[in-house]
Amino acid sequence: MDPLLIYTLRQGDRALVLAQRLLEAVTHAPEIEEDMALSNLALDLIGQARALYSYAGEVEGDGHDEDHFAYWRDQHEFLNPLLVEQPNGDFAQIVVRQFLHDAWAAPYWNVMQHSGDETLRALAGKAAKETAYHLRHSRSWVVRLGDGTDESHARAQTAVDGLWRYTGELSEIDDVEHALAADGVIPAAADTLHDTWRNSVGDTLTEATLDMPDDGIMHTGGRTGRHTESFSYLVGEMQVVARAHPGAVW
Amino acid sequence: MTTDLDERVREIEDPELPHVTIGDLGIVRSVEVAGDTATVLLTPTYTGCPATDQIRDDVAAAVTEAGYEADVQLVMSPAWSTDWITQRGHERLRAAGITPPPPVDPTGATAVSMPAACPRCDSRQTRLISEFGATACKASYVCNACTEPFEAFKAL
Repeated sequence: MDPLLIYTLRQGDRALVLAQRLLEAVTHAPEIEEDMALSNLALDLIGQARALYSYAGEVEGDGHDEDHFAYWRDQHEFLNPLLVEQPNGDFAQIVVRQFLHDAWAAPYWNVMQHSGDETLRALAGKAAKETAYHLRHSRSWVVRLGDGTDESHARAQTAVDGLWRYTGELSEIDDVEHALAADGVIPAAADTLHDTWRNSVGDTLTEATLDMPDDGIMHTGGRTGRHTESFSYLVGEMQVVARAHPGAVW
Repeated sequence: MTTDLDERVREIEDPELPHVTIGDLGIVRSVEVAGDTATVLLTPTYTGCPATDQIRDDVAAAVTEAGYEADVQLVMSPAWSTDWITQRGHERLRAAGITPPPPVDPTGATAVSMPAACPRCDSRQTRLISEFGATACKASYVCNACTEPFEAFKAL
């Protein structure tokens, strides 16, 4: 497969799968304003996924539209990092997952504003603004919970500890990235993303009085289609209507 | 005729913000006529804004009604900014009970400038109750002075 196609799908899948997890959480947030926030985050992510899937369709050249990529691929064909597919736990787990993602995605889209690929560069201009806003929100919750009551602190720390093993994959670089870096699609500044992420996460965890876990073993494989167990349920729920009624429109 | 069409397109109302036109919001980049075809370039406010499809349909309908073949395209770059909302747009938002956005911080550091003024009593003694609102472009506030809840445009 064309590296640009794989790369575009990885980014689109990251956005769509996280959005799907957020939508599962809507109506379960601690307050109605937060339900609204989670659905707004999901809306922006779906918008980003749609733009990326449309572009993937162009790159692939087989006439596939955005719905094809969302509804008609099987789970091993999804290329999102494992972090975003981790099932919802308590609210602390949902916002910590969001924060660990946003702290990577915000600088990622900033860097991509210098991409040599015109379409990705244009999308990055938009997505950078949206994602900076998401980070501001998820970060403030991590601080509020971490530096809150004994109960909220304990839950936030449990979430950080439980999700940490999925963060190493975010900054992984393989042959796909190497090929696109050589073509200028991925700017050289992308090399600094892991350090930027780590510093930003470290600062927030300190402010939140939470401990940064040791790196230890990092799980990986989502970006090559090897997913964790709960992912099949997510894909099943997301695709069931489209597959039960192929081609239906309203 | 081109100018008429331009005005006609810009006067289309936003489906989710009553009384504010898409011209007021600054999302119409250009209206160009070549032969029988009118090409309209629009910039979506947010990538996931559900109103985008409706706006595209409304623009195509207006262009067709004016006797042209409609070619409506979405352009992402440069990204839409709330700084593109016109003065008239600001006035109309305020009249509709929505606080217009402050100018965007050029450093990009602040996404919401606080405190937003109450669109009803102008008081700045307001508090943010959610960074999000009923549409992607707004945050939710309450006025401490007149106790009314209101929405304010996020600076983006």
